[in-house]
Amino acid sequence: MTPLDAAPLIDLEETARLRRARLERIGAWALPMLTVGLTIYGWHWVVVANDIPHYILPSPERVASQLVQDWSILSAALLVTLKITLMALTTAVVVGVGLAVLFSLSRWVEMSFFPYAVILQVTPVVAIAPLIFIYVDSASVGLLICAWIVAFFPILSNTTLGLNSADHNLRDLFAIYGATRWQRLRYLEIPSAMPYFLGGLRIAGGLSLIGAIVAEYVAGTTGTGGGLAFRILEASYRLNIPRMFAALLLIALAGVAIFAATTLLQHLMLRKWHESAIKRER
Amino acid sequence: MRDAAGAPGLAGPLLRVENVTKMFAGGVTALEGMALELHDGDFVSLLGPSGCGKSTALRLMAGLSRPTRGRIRWRDGADAGLGVVFQEPTLAPWSTVRDNVWLPLRLRGVSRRAATPAIEESLAAVGLAGFEGAYPRELSGGMKMRVSIARAMVTKPKLLLMDEPFAALDEITRFKLNDDVLRLQQNLGCTVVFVTHSVFESVFLSTRIVVMAARPGRVVEELRVDAPPARDDAFRTSAPYAEQCRRASATLKQAMEMGA
Repeated sequence: MTPLDAAPLIDLEETARLRRARLERIGAWALPMLTVGLTIYGWHWVVVANDIPHYILPSPERVASQLVQDWSILSAALLVTLKITLMALTTAVVVGVGLAVLFSLSRWVEMSFFPYAVILQVTPVVAIAPLIFIYVDSASVGLLICAWIVAFFPILSNTTLGLNSADHNLRDLFAIYGATRWQRLRYLEIPSAMPYFLGGLRIAGGLSLIGAIVAEYVAGTTGTGGGLAFRILEASYRLNIPRMFAALLLIALAGVAIFAATTLLQHLMLRKWHESAIKRER
Repeated sequence: MRDAAGAPGLAGPLLRVENVTKMFAGGVTALEGMALELHDGDFVSLLGPSGCGKSTALRLMAGLSRPTRGRIRWRDGADAGLGVVFQEPTLAPWSTVRDNVWLPLRLRGVSRRAATPAIEESLAAVGLAGFEGAYPRELSGGMKMRVSIARAMVTKPKLLLMDEPFAALDEITRFKLNDDVLRLQQNLGCTVVFVTHSVFESVFLSTRIVVMAARPGRVVEELRVDAPPARDDAFRTSAPYAEQCRRASATLKQAMEMGA
């Protein structure tokens, strides 16, 4: 902070600018918290003022106490869903990046297999899932396949785009110095693809959670490991609306956590050099 | 691989461009019947309006494209010693200055530790000692160009190809870099081919100026520049310098009328 008192000569405009910047910094975290607080209060007020029964719309306190009360069931379910999500994301990264590298190494492979990737992407997972659960014995493997199908395309297409967008002059330079195909991939194409890959990873993180949840719904209440979607279905049959809300809250929080983690990873990987991560002095 | 027709090497000149024609798809003749000999220690400028094929000629010498007709021959074994500086600095934004300069050696399998003395020497030669850990985005346009030159020099090339390297820089920076390029060339004893559209730059730097015309790209005249051994500010403001600039300008004007 500039010691404003010690420097009375600083002009008024600059002082106003500094104050505005400080307000903006405080607002960045205070405003979202305020709106969340107001929303929760509004929800509470609607429930209390209209005397809405908890089996129609539970109040926020009711949801919170249900979450505490059912913690052992819900945390186990969260763990199951998170495990499927993270495994699907990992597989999506391995297969997506692997295929993208393969595509960049050989146009023939790309021409032959890219259509399949597109078909997998455009066919809704809910439509394929029942078949998958017929052919695959293990329910968790079925869930994994469904979540993977949803998550892997953004990684594949973004990484492919990234590998192809290396600077042409740098490519020429590599050619002049007689770089091998492997050297070009490792020192030029992979670093160039990094921002694109990380963008794809952020999308895929959210999608793998969605894929896991959707697959659980399709798999139904029978014979699954009992993830969060399973608990929501089960609670809806029992008209346990507060538990449905509690499970929903956990799904939303898991989604936010995945988004935050991938955003942090992106920042850490790119902060040194990429335009997206650079703060400029104005 | 740069010996286009697999011809036997030469004895005398470092590189010879033999009646080279380059046509692009669609029938555009970028370069027609170019002939040029480069000897050790030459500083040759390719001077001409845009579209005269000077960058095409440079890409052909760099082995980045193949002649449609004619051939480019290197003296035996000399084609390994090539350095290139492009119009843009062309640095890897994800690498530090040190790693950018390391690149040509890295591609030859030299470890960073083994390359460090060469990297430091090269950076010191362009006046960037102490900037090893900086990223390209932290540098000014002129400094980025210096890194690019340091990278081209790190392999101690026999032939340095420069494609309008200072076109985007301001005049003060450009004068400074012109001085530096001459000094570096002398220290390394390399041959330089320098593409430019500035008459003043070409006269200041070169031993020979190859004036080119457009449509189709071709060589119209080769001028020899007479200069004192030390080309410095005194030369830049001398009467012989002005006289030779006038001569080069007149030749260039003729060339442009031919291509119009």
